[in-house]
Amino acid sequence: MTKSELIEKLSEEHELLTKKEAEAVINVIFDGIGSALAQGDRVEIRGFGSFSVRERSAREARNPKSGEVVEIASRKTPFFKTGKELRERVDSL
Amino acid sequence: MTKADLIENVYLTTGFSKKESAEIVEMVFDLMKSTLEDGEKIKIAGFGNFVVKEKASRRGRNPQTGGEIEISARKILTFKPSQVLKAAINQAS
Repeated sequence: MTKSELIEKLSEEHELLTKKEAEAVINVIFDGIGSALAQGDRVEIRGFGSFSVRERSAREARNPKSGEVVEIASRKTPFFKTGKELRERVDSL
Repeated sequence: MTKADLIENVYLTTGFSKKESAEIVEMVFDLMKSTLEDGEKIKIAGFGNFVVKEKASRRGRNPQTGGEIEISARKILTFKPSQVLKAAINQAS
C-alpha cells in the first residue's frame, strides 16, 4: 500500500472526508511525526508503536573499491519499535 | 509526542472538530494495522516503509539459565526510514 492508496482508502472509509482532506490529514500525521523526531522527540502511538531517535557512533569503514579507510562520523537514525497489539496482530495469521 | 498531539495537529489544520479529528486519526492507524496484519507492506514516500518479514525458527539460548530453546518461526514488522527522514533528523542538530 502506498501513501496515495492510504489516502484513497481513508476517504472511502470516512464519509465526511474528501480525498483532498484525507491527503491533508495523512500529511499532517507523517510530517508531525517527522518533525518531532527531527527535534529529538519520541513519538508514541498506543497500539501501533513508538518512534525514537538513536545515535550511531562514529566508526571506521573501508571504501570497498579502493580499500581506503574512511572515518564515518556519528549520526542519528530513526528507530521504530512495534507496539504490543500490532506485534501480535502481524504474527497472528 | 502522543496520538493526542497528532489529533490536535489535525484539528488545527483541517477545521474538523476535536471529536472528528480523533476519529480520523484513529481510522488512519486502524487502516495501517489491518493492512500490515494482512502481510501487506506500507510505503509512505518521504517517511519510510513498514514491511512484514517472515523469520524462520531458530535455536536460541535462555540468557538466564544458558539452556538451549527453540525460537518458533514468526512474522515481525520492520520499519525502514526513508533517506528524506534520515536527512531531516541529522540536519536538525
